[in-house]
Amino acid sequence: MIRPDAPVLLEICDLRASVEEQPILKGVNLTIRAGEIHAVMGRNGSGKSTLSKVLAGHPAYRVTAGSVHYRGEDLLALLPEQRARIGLFLGFQYPVEIPGVSNLEFLRVATNARRQEQGLEELDTFAFEDLVRERLKVVQMDPAFLERSVNEGFSGGEKKRNEILQMALLDPLVAILDETDSGLDIDALRIVAGGVNHLASADNATLLITHYQRLLDVITPDYVHVMAAGQILRTGGKELALELEESGYDWVDAELERLEASAPEGLATAQASRTPAEVG
Amino acid sequence: MVTIPVGELRVQSRSLAGEAWLSELFSSLPVLAGSAWLAGQQQRARQALAGESLPSRRQEAWRFTDASAITAIPAHRLERLAAPAALPAPAAQVLRLVLDGHGDPLEGLALPEGLERLDPAVVEELCGEALDANGAAASWPVQLNGALAHQVLALRVSQPLPIVLELVSDTGDAAGVLGLRLLLVLDPGASLEVLEVHRARGASLTSVVLEARLGPGARLRHGLLAQGQPPQPAAAADELPSSAGAAPVLLHHLAVVQDPASELQLTAAVSGWGLARLEPMVVQRSGAAFTRLRGLQRVDGRQVVDTHSRVLFAGPDGRLDQVHKALADGAGRSVFNGAVIVPRQAQRTDAAQLSRSLLLSDRARIDTKPELEIVADDVKCAHGATVSRLQQDELFYLQSRGIAADQAARLLLRGFCEEVLAELPTPSALWQPLALLMGEEPAP
Ligand SMILES: Nc1ncnc2c1ncn2[C@@H]1O[C@H](COP(=O)(O)OP(=O)(O)OP(=O)(O)O)[C@@H](O)[C@H]1O
Ligand SMILES: [Mg+2]
Repeated sequence: MIRPDAPVLLEICDLRASVEEQPILKGVNLTIRAGEIHAVMGRNGSGKSTLSKVLAGHPAYRVTAGSVHYRGEDLLALLPEQRARIGLFLGFQYPVEIPGVSNLEFLRVATNARRQEQGLEELDTFAFEDLVRERLKVVQMDPAFLERSVNEGFSGGEKKRNEILQMALLDPLVAILDETDSGLDIDALRIVAGGVNHLASADNATLLITHYQRLLDVITPDYVHVMAAGQILRTGGKELALELEESGYDWVDAELERLEASAPEGLATAQASRTPAEVG
Repeated sequence: MVTIPVGELRVQSRSLAGEAWLSELFSSLPVLAGSAWLAGQQQRARQALAGESLPSRRQEAWRFTDASAITAIPAHRLERLAAPAALPAPAAQVLRLVLDGHGDPLEGLALPEGLERLDPAVVEELCGEALDANGAAASWPVQLNGALAHQVLALRVSQPLPIVLELVSDTGDAAGVLGLRLLLVLDPGASLEVLEVHRARGASLTSVVLEARLGPGARLRHGLLAQGQPPQPAAAADELPSSAGAAPVLLHHLAVVQDPASELQLTAAVSGWGLARLEPMVVQRSGAAFTRLRGLQRVDGRQVVDTHSRVLFAGPDGRLDQVHKALADGAGRSVFNGAVIVPRQAQRTDAAQLSRSLLLSDRARIDTKPELEIVADDVKCAHGATVSRLQQDELFYLQSRGIAADQAARLLLRGFCEEVLAELPTPSALWQPLALLMGEEPAP
């Protein structure tokens, strides 16, 4: 839902980041307001996951320029855990397995860290069990998964459901879901998408990273962005995704070449992408 | 003219210190009155050790482990403790035997049906058998124990026992040397759960040799909790002997003989000792048995823990499932050597050994080595060893859920440990294995 007067939740300006001295993000601009659903698409290796991890504060990536503001606050100055506590959530493309750490215990510690920030009371084990059982329904997950180690031995689809369960417990303001749809069977896709829709509200926002229209059939995006070579190359409405489904990414190369020619220093200074704010 | 390198000189003087320490220790021990057999055993062990000194790093089995910490322990037998340590109250279904090297731990106890004191004549016959079968009789910790021990606690199990047998020693702040010698005989089809606990925080050396014989179809689930603690800083340090600050030492040798269709499940958790050396050794004497070994050791400060395990398949169709884990923090040193021996007659052996170590500090050191001797050709032997730091991706995953970095690290370490601790016999929870392992103050 686009409301031009809705508060800005996330504002990314000319964000550049490297891994091991290798530039990956080369000037990302993006503004996300409350109530909006954004989709980011783009070829493999274009930098989508890197963007999500930089936003969440992964230590392997170094921000070399640009800024990110979360509700007006300098997000990049915060530790990963602080970002999470104030309501930024990253659903991982590849959720990590943590042997020996009970899923239930992990979910409880995480939920309480967020609740403390929200000024809510901490939940003891009993109160938390009640909460988690209720939220399990959002993703139709078997309570048996609570007894296991975090993600250990979970199937691909089960891991993704566990991510959405975490999202349902942490009640984020900005949720970045990195290919949460990949590896899901048809029913699971519907359940997970249903969960995301259920959790979306006028006060929060969602950034979906996906390769497939089938997810966007169930979660209608307000904006679709195409990433290429570490930038957002094009922004449009939901019809852009349909267009990509038709014609693929061939046009990307031509556009990148054109940019390169107009900015010999590299893509760094290219400002081809329009920010959603301009679209709206 | 021959010049002696400085290093050699140091070794020389250290071995002299070892020799002096041993002779001082032996001369302090009371003369054995009761059993001529035991006196003979003791005499033989002392003779074997005469001129032997301490294990030296020139010996392959002690290459990474400096045993000189032993000489910091006062060379006399541990006195009977005036005030026995406060132990957690035993759980239901637990038979606790407190071992202090002085009294008879069975005195005044009614043993449950199926558990009895082994007949002395049988003890003489069986004692040392498992050590010999494992080729361990010449091991230094075994000889030291032989030279010390003046009683053998020997038990026979004749049926599945519904209780957990707790074997506990706690030397508290006391200084000196405690020798414990134990023998467990499990008749065919018998089963037993044992939780062995050793605690110390003073300048003491706890020497344990435990032999176990598992008859056909017998099952032994054995937990070993070796909870050392750093010595307490003394209030009036100048009034105490210089050894008062020495950290406790543990020398533990477990020798098991398994008959076909028997099952051994051994889980050991060790931490907090200045020096701990564990030698779990198993022989499947006709193969066709199952051995499951789980080990977890943690070092911090300047501690050293060394586990040398050995499993020998003396017949076909044996199985081994071994996982050894280590945590090395501070300037600690962790050693694991896992020998698996599969001679020609041990066809169709199925053995897996995995060693996983976490290096938590730049000053800590981990040496881990599988030692597979495989002659039989139709066998499955898998082994792997990893040494790593805490995984950045695991830490980040937890942090991205609002969990602070230090708490995330603690969760990961606990997870690493829990995988092993979860396999200890149930009553182990009362001993707070995780808190002690992590060096945290145990809850009251
Ligand atoms: N930690 C890293 N070390 C080295 N290279 C990296 C690292 N992280 C990302 N890269 C590189 O950065 C580029 C962008 O990777 P990223 O994972 O962001 O792509 P993506 O758009 O998410 O791709 P996909 O659609 O396949 O998930 C790739 O070329 C990748 O190899
Ligand atoms: Mg990706």
